[in-house]
Amino acid sequence: MLSKKQARAFFLGGTLVTFLIFIGLTIFSFSVENDQSNHENITEAVVRGKKIWESNNCMGCHTILGEGAYYAPELTKVVDRMNMKYEGQGEEVIKSILMSPVPWQPNGRKMVAYEMTEQEAADMVEFFKWIGEIDLNGFDRIVSPLAKEENNN
Amino acid sequence: MKYKSQKVAYWFFALSMLLLILQLVYGFVMGFARIGFDNLHEFIPFNTARAVHTNLLVVWLLSGFMGAAYYIIPEEAQRELVSVKLAYVQLISLALVGVAAIVGYHFNYWEGRKFLEIPRPLDFLVVINVLLFLGLILVTLFKGKRRTTTALVLSMGLLFAALLYLPGMLPFDSQVTDSFFRWWVVHLWVEGVWELIMGGILSFLLIKLTGVDREVIEKWLYVIVGLTFLSGVLGTGHHYYYIGVNKIWLIVGGIFSALEPLAFLAMALFAVNMYRKGEKKHPNKLALYWTLGAAIVSFVGAGLLGFAHTLPQTNLYTHGTLVTAMHAHLAFWGAYGMIVLAIISYSLPNMTGRKLYLSSRGRAAFWLSNIGMIGMTVAFGVAGVVQVYLERKLGMEFMEVQKETEVHFVVLILCASLFTTGIILYVIDFYRHGRPTDEALEVNVE
Repeated sequence: MLSKKQARAFFLGGTLVTFLIFIGLTIFSFSVENDQSNHENITEAVVRGKKIWESNNCMGCHTILGEGAYYAPELTKVVDRMNMKYEGQGEEVIKSILMSPVPWQPNGRKMVAYEMTEQEAADMVEFFKWIGEIDLNGFDRIVSPLAKEENNN
Repeated sequence: MKYKSQKVAYWFFALSMLLLILQLVYGFVMGFARIGFDNLHEFIPFNTARAVHTNLLVVWLLSGFMGAAYYIIPEEAQRELVSVKLAYVQLISLALVGVAAIVGYHFNYWEGRKFLEIPRPLDFLVVINVLLFLGLILVTLFKGKRRTTTALVLSMGLLFAALLYLPGMLPFDSQVTDSFFRWWVVHLWVEGVWELIMGGILSFLLIKLTGVDREVIEKWLYVIVGLTFLSGVLGTGHHYYYIGVNKIWLIVGGIFSALEPLAFLAMALFAVNMYRKGEKKHPNKLALYWTLGAAIVSFVGAGLLGFAHTLPQTNLYTHGTLVTAMHAHLAFWGAYGMIVLAIISYSLPNMTGRKLYLSSRGRAAFWLSNIGMIGMTVAFGVAGVVQVYLERKLGMEFMEVQKETEVHFVVLILCASLFTTGIILYVIDFYRHGRPTDEALEVNVE
């Protein structure tokens, strides 16, 4: 029968080993040859876009990379989606939504009117374009409008 | 209650009750917004309600954990807390930081990172507050007459929870790295070190309520927390499947998260077996309800429902949908909400000297809140599956799908009303116990 001492050794040993493996895998997945996070294409505009994204808690309604609040659309492939819907004018439509002084409300569900400047809205678009180019191990195909078209046909 | 300083726990529990009620109010704001009644949009837009709802959850649970520690540690260490005054300072500063953060969310002052919305300057205050708390607990423990496994596991959980807050404060330019290290905090809290806290509280309650030998209970406590870490640390990988990191996480996350329910199963079996084995007939049946309930509901909510969408093949479709909200509600309720309510139910009569644990109100609170929460979980689950199928399989537009799922949110609100009734009854019971008093030292049932 298991003694208390053995049970403690199982707890401490198991924790130490799995944590070391976890650290090792973290280093492995961010090493240059294994990195797929599109890190090399981050520009100053993308970083500014990310800051605007965070300072307005966009994740409190939307999702991005599948993370957020499920109240408003997934924005990982938003530029592609809006381009399809508005015949190539996606970027302009996104900018106009972000710059609008009145709440954008598709199907009655309201978004906060952020009244962004042209520069801020352009930074957001750059952020979305950068997000859209990340290799998401297949999830990009699930949320991409082009893949949805293929599913439907 | 054996030591006067344990009374400080009462005020942490009172803060928990207040924040829990407020959390429910914001939950309703979101529920109504989802069925088209977004009348408060000007003052409380959805993202504010959401941040307040989840942050209040974290703060009321933390306040409950801290209260639990202030109650349990003196009893386990067999001495008074080193400083009651500083414990009150810690309580008041915790409440002030929490209130400041929540008020800030109404004025677009936040960090916008899911669950960790607290703005950076307040983060530092949180760190100072938690350091003060840990100082009081650890010094009490090490000056005490004995260091039990229960006390060590509980303190270790609280210490690691504080340390793991730090990776969430690292600044990153990339959304991917930001998200990666955010999960170090969120996942390793809720599927790691918080389970140590839960295990410690559970162990304390089982020792008190069942009368089973401490050595037996604490041995199994080690096995359970061992299983938790063995599966939970590498199980973090299930958050990394589709956020832009290497495919290795699909394999590692898939295998180890499939093992995560085992830890919860072990905890449920452990609690039920100790109850069966115990020969002590403790009169506080309500505390026993909540204790066993926590162990069983956490297995269903965190273990089984987590497993339902944790395999990479399933998660590819369910990632970023309401299926996550289904799992999250029952998991947080079972694992952490119920264990906090369990330690309150156990300790309150001991601190106040009022033995209200035979009240039918207390039983109604238990059943209504649990039935309500299970109903809410089903409503979220149905809405989530409908969303996955219509949006991701049939390719319908997000907002069209949201219209289709509105009816499930009507059901959600109805079940949430049942849940809230249960919680209100619990809070009334809490209030009716009155204030803690030193006279309670003489009338305790151990």
